[in-house]
Amino acid sequence: MAARAVHGIGVPVKRKEDPRFIRGKGTYVDDIKLPGMLVMDIVRSPYAHARIKRIDVSKALAMPGVIDVITGEELAKANLAWMPTLMGDRQMVLPTDRVVYYAQEVAAVIATDRYRAADAVLAVEVEYEPLPPVLNPFDALKPDAPLVRPDREQKSNHIWHWEAGDKEKTDRIFHEAEVVVAQDLYIPRIHVASIETCGCVANYDPVTDKLTIWMTSQAPHAHRTVFSLVTGIPEHKIRIISPDIGGGFGGKVPVYPGYVIATYATLKHKKPIKWIEDRSENLQADSFARDYHIHAELAATRDGKIRGLRVRVVADHGAFDAAANPSRFPAGLFSVCTGSYDMQAAHIQVDGVYTTKPPGGVAYRCSFRVTEAVHTIERMVDILADELGMDPAEIRFKNFVQPHQFPYKSPTGWEYDSGNYPAALQKALETIGYQELRREQAERRARGELMGIGISTFTEIVGAGPSHTFDILGIKMFDSAEIRVHPTGAVIVRIGVQTQGQGHETTFAQIVAEELGIPVEYITVEHGDTDTAPYGLGTYASRSTPTAGAATAVAARKIREKARLIAAHLLEVSPDDLEWKDYAFRVKGAPDRHKTMQEIAFAAYTNFPLGLEPGLEAECYYDPPNLTFPFGAYVCVVDIDRGTGQVKIREFLAVDDCGTIINPMIVEGQIHGGLTMGMAAALLEEIVYDENGTMLTGTFMDYLLPTAVETPHWKTAKTITPSPHHPLGAKGVGESPTIGAPPALVNAVVDALSHLGVRHIDIPITPAKVYRILQEKGVAE
Amino acid sequence: MIPGPVRYRRVRSVDEAVVLLSQLGTDAKVLSGGQSLIPMMKFRLAEPSYLIDINAIPGLDFIEERGGVLCLGALVRESTLERSMLVRQRYPILHDTAEVIADPLVRNLATVGGNLAHGDPANDHPATMLALRAQVVARGPNGERSIPIDDFFVDTFVTALQPDELLTEIRIPVPPPRSGGAYVKFERKVGDYAIAAAGVFLVLDEAGRITQAGIGLTNLSYKPLRAVDAERALLGQYASDELLRYAAELAAQATDPVSDLRGPADYKRAVARTMTLRALRRALERAQANA
Ligand SMILES: Cc1cc2nc3c(=O)[nH]c(=O)nc-3n(C[C@H](O)[C@H](O)[C@H](O)COP(=O)(O)OP(=O)(O)OC[C@H]3O[C@@H](n4cnc5c(N)ncnc54)[C@H](O)[C@@H]3O)c2cc1C
Repeated sequence: MAARAVHGIGVPVKRKEDPRFIRGKGTYVDDIKLPGMLVMDIVRSPYAHARIKRIDVSKALAMPGVIDVITGEELAKANLAWMPTLMGDRQMVLPTDRVVYYAQEVAAVIATDRYRAADAVLAVEVEYEPLPPVLNPFDALKPDAPLVRPDREQKSNHIWHWEAGDKEKTDRIFHEAEVVVAQDLYIPRIHVASIETCGCVANYDPVTDKLTIWMTSQAPHAHRTVFSLVTGIPEHKIRIISPDIGGGFGGKVPVYPGYVIATYATLKHKKPIKWIEDRSENLQADSFARDYHIHAELAATRDGKIRGLRVRVVADHGAFDAAANPSRFPAGLFSVCTGSYDMQAAHIQVDGVYTTKPPGGVAYRCSFRVTEAVHTIERMVDILADELGMDPAEIRFKNFVQPHQFPYKSPTGWEYDSGNYPAALQKALETIGYQELRREQAERRARGELMGIGISTFTEIVGAGPSHTFDILGIKMFDSAEIRVHPTGAVIVRIGVQTQGQGHETTFAQIVAEELGIPVEYITVEHGDTDTAPYGLGTYASRSTPTAGAATAVAARKIREKARLIAAHLLEVSPDDLEWKDYAFRVKGAPDRHKTMQEIAFAAYTNFPLGLEPGLEAECYYDPPNLTFPFGAYVCVVDIDRGTGQVKIREFLAVDDCGTIINPMIVEGQIHGGLTMGMAAALLEEIVYDENGTMLTGTFMDYLLPTAVETPHWKTAKTITPSPHHPLGAKGVGESPTIGAPPALVNAVVDALSHLGVRHIDIPITPAKVYRILQEKGVAE
Repeated sequence: MIPGPVRYRRVRSVDEAVVLLSQLGTDAKVLSGGQSLIPMMKFRLAEPSYLIDINAIPGLDFIEERGGVLCLGALVRESTLERSMLVRQRYPILHDTAEVIADPLVRNLATVGGNLAHGDPANDHPATMLALRAQVVARGPNGERSIPIDDFFVDTFVTALQPDELLTEIRIPVPPPRSGGAYVKFERKVGDYAIAAAGVFLVLDEAGRITQAGIGLTNLSYKPLRAVDAERALLGQYASDELLRYAAELAAQATDPVSDLRGPADYKRAVARTMTLRALRRALERAQANA
């Protein structure tokens, strides 16, 4: 065993989880099949806003194989017609009198198989009285707007107002500013569209009195606590298992009505209940992301020094405030929108508004509204450059927070841990040959061709906690790891976070391998089962490595400290005479006299010093002292087809800095995936409603996910600026590319058209949108 | 996305299919590649009570030239068409078309016959077949008949096929010398139906004058469209870029698209012009190279 390579930090170890996925041996929720299992299917509203006059379930109930039809009225008797959201709002599980969005859950059919359930869904008769829909937040705020939520005390569609920064100082700076640019930006409603839709298998066992729920959950522990609070079932009698999860991206953080109804049904029928959404249900009713109406202004000097940022946002939250932000941050971490630029003041205001659209506002591959923040500042900096006739690279160099300013206190109160922004941009520009591209662009322009170069130099903010600032429903946002080294030196690691494709089973094993000198193949990482894993807040917002990764390193170091005592005993020296070097405890000055962790582990169970507890285990609940601030510099080159308006990505280079890199291959994979999603948001994806509030993009024919054909060949590069406070120097990376890519693309497209007087285009930049601009500017073919 | 109850029968011959179709009438649907029919059933936009699966009929997937005609069996898969050397060399317009239909997974099942029989103006083969002046062969209880492609598309999802008829074959005249065809499509992403697409087939005389022109347009009207005025404008003319632009403009004017998520109608019309122009240019190049 000892002769094997450790494959610790920095090694591109192949992912431990891949063999089972590649061979089709993953176990997703829909793969769970239990004896006697019944199937649930959901009746959904054809209206965005309507009063329910009558629900007649008799025809459905009479159909063969139909066991039950559950309505809101029945749930109300069990006090389950409503449930709390993670944002302190409440949300209908099933309605008793009205529906507030298209495809809202109206009733649930329980049947012996999925086909019968689907037929019975059509047989449930619901009589609606349509009410006027409210489809955008500006209409919703008008005094005569229909009330989306008459159940609330406050009789308006306004949910909350939230501010960050210094209003007075910012206003003063704007008042005195030499130059002010302003822009409206809309970041449309999009969907995470995980390949695995949401669902669960809920199984109440009356003999053990235990409720087990296999669930598509990014946060099984938090969900267990919520389930316990909602149902009154003691927490130790609930077990939530997240098996393999086919993509989360924030969409599997909220609790959906389906989970609750299935749980109610298993408690009622004492049989396992399976509920799996189909694709349209997933796209139509599950949590959306974004939907931010932004008005942004930058104040600057005439020579291009940014002095202040002022942003007003009207946020469309749909019918319930069911975002999944930390409690104190109804607008997430949007206030990081001063970005990578040093400025004197900023003031941010966000108003949350109800509309008759599905709830959400989830952090789609983005730690809580950072995509919106980065889009805002990266667009505004380009707009300022355009106003001043400056090169977009030059204006960035001029305004970057400089390396010596770290830790840097941002005007909205964040403390950026580390960074070297000029180095990242420099590297990007040199790698892609920026000056040469600018020359080429000038030549092409002279020939009437449209080519654009876009830059985005973003700062991310990931890894919530620390606990003094971050909690979800009061539960602090720490995370955990528990390590057991068995007598033969094989290891099991259990973590409080939950992988949905990020490669935790590999990365976390490498952390332990590095810290303990045990080859990575002898380390198993388990997660996702609340009966066995330590309590944690789950995986989203790029928080796993910053929190649970740190917990894993700290727990491993605790093991190492105990191992030192055992090694000293075995080598008959004082613990102080030992040093940890080349993956073993070695006697100082006599490195050949050493003990490996495997030898020590065996002794921990067979030959431990008197007075020392046997065994070799440790755990850590890690409360990070700060967030981590990954960053990057992206450059994108596009060509525009004047005959169709099509944007063709010729080249895209991403320079990322996520501090210490644990597995470079996984990091690169995360970057490729994130760039692809970011590209899709910029060019393809949008949830569209018609004037009745009917969703028009409820299939993959209309909700456009990219394929390999649309995806350019990503070029990646890196700089490494470790986090000073993380035990490994690591930061998160999973979301940087989703956040950094859209503005790079938009900046490139706008750059291609800037000589025609174009300053901004809202995403998604569809060919039709571009073509209209080409027509307006007289350059369409 | 679960289809309603349906009965299913797999037939082994064209005759068996025709007999069943006449017995079952409009309650039955032919199941070919299933790539249009099954999605419609999953959305319950189609709820046939009977499916007659023709996939096991032997010998209905031929691609061969017979007596001056290219014969395509109804069960030729798009992927087979795409890979056929005969098609690639002699009928590049068909190769162009097969290549841009849906995605490889769909093409492995989708059939050329189904693509026409569905009567969907968004499908790509109708435009190609219009440009090529194909004939559609159908078999019914009273035997076989050949339908000129111009008479085949009646309305959205409605063709000249009778409920008791099976489409068995598509016949395309073998291309003469100095002829060339091309299909050019613009879509939002791969697998999408066209924002606009154009199929063009041109024949030149020895002097380089256009003696035959076929232009079919995809997803630009309630049914597959032939750009008759544009074709006429080309006839007897020497091909110049100006002429091609003029024809493309006429083709665009013939369209009647609807505004939807693919873009507003005027945008689609503009793309129709671009696609027609690009298809004309490519077809012309191929015709000139084919002297
Ligand atoms: C994701 C996706 C994307 C697609 N994109 C495109 C695209 O870009 N371009 C495009 O052209 N198509 C596209 N299609 C449609 C695909 O090419 C269809 O398969 C094709 O249009 C129909 O062929 P089929 O063999 O699958 O027919 P089926 O779906 O089996 O049948 C379609 C209809 O034709 C009838 N029918 C079929 N064969 C016969 C016959 N021999 N005689 C009488 N009636 C018959 C059926 O009864 C049915 O009404 C797409 C499909 C999918 C699923």
